[in-house]
Amino acid sequence: MATTVHEPPQIDPRRLRDQGHSGNGGWGKFVPTDGDLHVALDHSPPPSSSAIYVVLFAITMMFAAFTSALIVRKGSSLDWRTFTLPSILYFNTLLLLASSVTLEVARRRIATFMGGLKSQVESPARWLYVTLFLGLLFVAGQYAAWSQLRAEGLYLATNPSSSFFYVLTVTHALHVLGGLGGLIYVIRKLSKSVLHRNQLVATARYWHFMGILWLYLLLLLWMKI
Amino acid sequence: MHDLAAHAVHHGPPTSFIRKYVFSLDHKVIGKQYYALALVAALCGMVLSWMMRIHLAWNSAAIPGLQLLSKTGAPGGVMTPEYYLQLMTMHGTIMVFFVLTTAPFAAFGNFFLPIQVGAEDMPFPRFNMMSFWVTFAGFLVLMSSFTLSDGPTLGGWTQYAPLNAVGSIAGPGQGLGVVLWAASIALFCVGQLLGSLNFIPTTLDLRVKGMSLMRLPLSAWAWFITSCMGLTAFAVLMPACILVILDHVAGTSFFVPSGLVVSDQLVPHSGGSTLLWQHLFWFFGHPEVYIAIVPGIGIVSHVLITNMRKPMLSQRVLIYCMGALAVLSYMVYGHHMFVSGMNPISALAFSFPTLVITIPATITVLIWTFSLYGSKLRINSASLFALGFISMFVSGGVSGFFLAQPSVDIPLHATYFVVGHFHMVMGVAAMFGIFAATYFWAPKMFGRMMNETLGRAHFWLSFVGTYCIFMPFHYLGMAGNVRRYSSFVDDFLQPLIPVHRFITVAALLTGAAQLIFVYNLIHSRFWGEPAPDNPWEATSLEWSTATPPPWDNFGGKLPVVYHDPYQYGVQSSVGDYVMQASPEQVKTEHDEK
Repeated sequence: MATTVHEPPQIDPRRLRDQGHSGNGGWGKFVPTDGDLHVALDHSPPPSSSAIYVVLFAITMMFAAFTSALIVRKGSSLDWRTFTLPSILYFNTLLLLASSVTLEVARRRIATFMGGLKSQVESPARWLYVTLFLGLLFVAGQYAAWSQLRAEGLYLATNPSSSFFYVLTVTHALHVLGGLGGLIYVIRKLSKSVLHRNQLVATARYWHFMGILWLYLLLLLWMKI
Repeated sequence: MHDLAAHAVHHGPPTSFIRKYVFSLDHKVIGKQYYALALVAALCGMVLSWMMRIHLAWNSAAIPGLQLLSKTGAPGGVMTPEYYLQLMTMHGTIMVFFVLTTAPFAAFGNFFLPIQVGAEDMPFPRFNMMSFWVTFAGFLVLMSSFTLSDGPTLGGWTQYAPLNAVGSIAGPGQGLGVVLWAASIALFCVGQLLGSLNFIPTTLDLRVKGMSLMRLPLSAWAWFITSCMGLTAFAVLMPACILVILDHVAGTSFFVPSGLVVSDQLVPHSGGSTLLWQHLFWFFGHPEVYIAIVPGIGIVSHVLITNMRKPMLSQRVLIYCMGALAVLSYMVYGHHMFVSGMNPISALAFSFPTLVITIPATITVLIWTFSLYGSKLRINSASLFALGFISMFVSGGVSGFFLAQPSVDIPLHATYFVVGHFHMVMGVAAMFGIFAATYFWAPKMFGRMMNETLGRAHFWLSFVGTYCIFMPFHYLGMAGNVRRYSSFVDDFLQPLIPVHRFITVAALLTGAAQLIFVYNLIHSRFWGEPAPDNPWEATSLEWSTATPPPWDNFGGKLPVVYHDPYQYGVQSSVGDYVMQASPEQVKTEHDEK
């Protein structure tokens, strides 16, 4: 057995007061067990930075479950009827991808704004509103796709292919609505000048993930339905 | 200690009764709420098991008051075969979800994880509050199915397809009862996902200064690993529940095959997959076993080390073993489906990791055993229940070796052998972990010491009673006693009825012994001896703060961690231990690098 004498660690005086709200044992801060704390920064990353990955992982698992259900269901029976996807879905895809671009533009402008160059950015939230509008347009476009299928007589229970189409697209749209809620939250915080960088980063990661997820779903639906 | 003023505290002290005790943002109150929910659920589940056992032992006996629960299911107090299955389903569902998951993970994890890492709260207190109330709503939804005219669902806690999706023609409770069951479990999944959303960032990001990952106590590691498992498992079960609900209310055919005839009626669905449900369910279901037991492994290690006054042989290996159990638990789920007509090669593929998973479990037990060897264990209620946990874990785990092999599992699968196996290794072992945690941490949670004499009586009655109940189950299974039957009319089962009567008497007495625990808990909560801050002379951070802890856990000062979590067997100014937050220099023989 090793014999160890613990030296009392020194507290790092370079504390960053606006970072996090607890100690510094956070992820990536591998404080050595011999008690030397000098090598570690004196703050944790904000919890939202890991929490957003927790959320995205849960959503990934959920859609992985739906995907495996679709593949098993299609492979286990002879009643699967394919149908042509509504063409508006491709337009919706462009809307969602465009919204990711506008969100990045918004992030840059907000970074400039919060970096003290306020005079250069008169309305930092403008591109967030554009992103919000594009997101709403995407959801409306999805609704139009569902309406088109209903007009063709394809309802939720008509065929397993339509069942999966509605389940996947509706679940995705609900998550997009959640992202829109996040954008509204960010806009409100920005308008009160109390927006934290990590809140914007987490919202942006979620929103971009919605776009990637939709590309995956569109590919899945295109291949399997 | 350093000043908390530099930190942006998420919420201030509660100012109203509602915010303090009902919709509280404080992780400690939420932990207590989870604990209370688990306690109520456990009592409900236990009463249901009593009724089932009485019916199995004395088939025509009227159970007083049962007719009040359901006039059609239990006319005159004698339950019908269908009602037996309904009670069995509710017993399993309540116990697995609302007791075995809720108490060791959500209750104790909520209360102690932030304190053990040195945080003042979870990072997202509102989500944490929602986590409990969504779970509570799930419990209410489940219990509300007792009020249905045809009672709750009878499909078992596994709710196999296609009977979970064809509606009331499959039997009482298979219509709205299943919908309520699936809605309840979906709510439960949301609650636990919100829990993981708090547990994981708490462990990764909110550790206090000096608290490296390897300085986390084993209980904190266990909760962290469990939250990762829950994140993966519940995110899969929830969509499965949504699909079941759609099959019921929207006319879809996810799980109902074509040409299915139930109760002489052709089911108007087409082409669904019955195995699909099993795959989705068991992808959740097997990790769920470890979601129930891994917190117990961490808690029992934590309790034993404190009472052994020395660290485990290797804390690091124990952590790796818990991690290995978590990873392997996702690779073995198919062993629940050996009798589903699975390709023998697939069965082999699931059988192999099932045998492999016994390796980390065995290493864990060996570390416990060899660490205990030669230690001067302090015998108290907590350490007794920790030893009981190991006993149950081993006794129940040994039968898992047999069941891991398809050729043995197939004849035993639908018998009481499996019932005995999972009740010991998952049910009772986890319950013993909960009891060990309660006796160990109640002083910190409630500020009062529990009665030690009553605790020891509770242990011995529970320990002996549990073996009397569940060891004969293995014998019954090997004798061919089929599970899920409400009566045993076949000739070959008649000689086994005395064994069932013995089990029933043991179950009633062991259940009654749990009332000692309930009395002890409630009595000591109000009239027990006031607890000191560190009654067990323990080292981890929860014992560094006041008893009970203030709303921000450390009274405005966050600790700094100087030591590994289990510095026992040393010479310090306070005794044979040094606390994690103590800057005192000590020499130790057991420091693990």
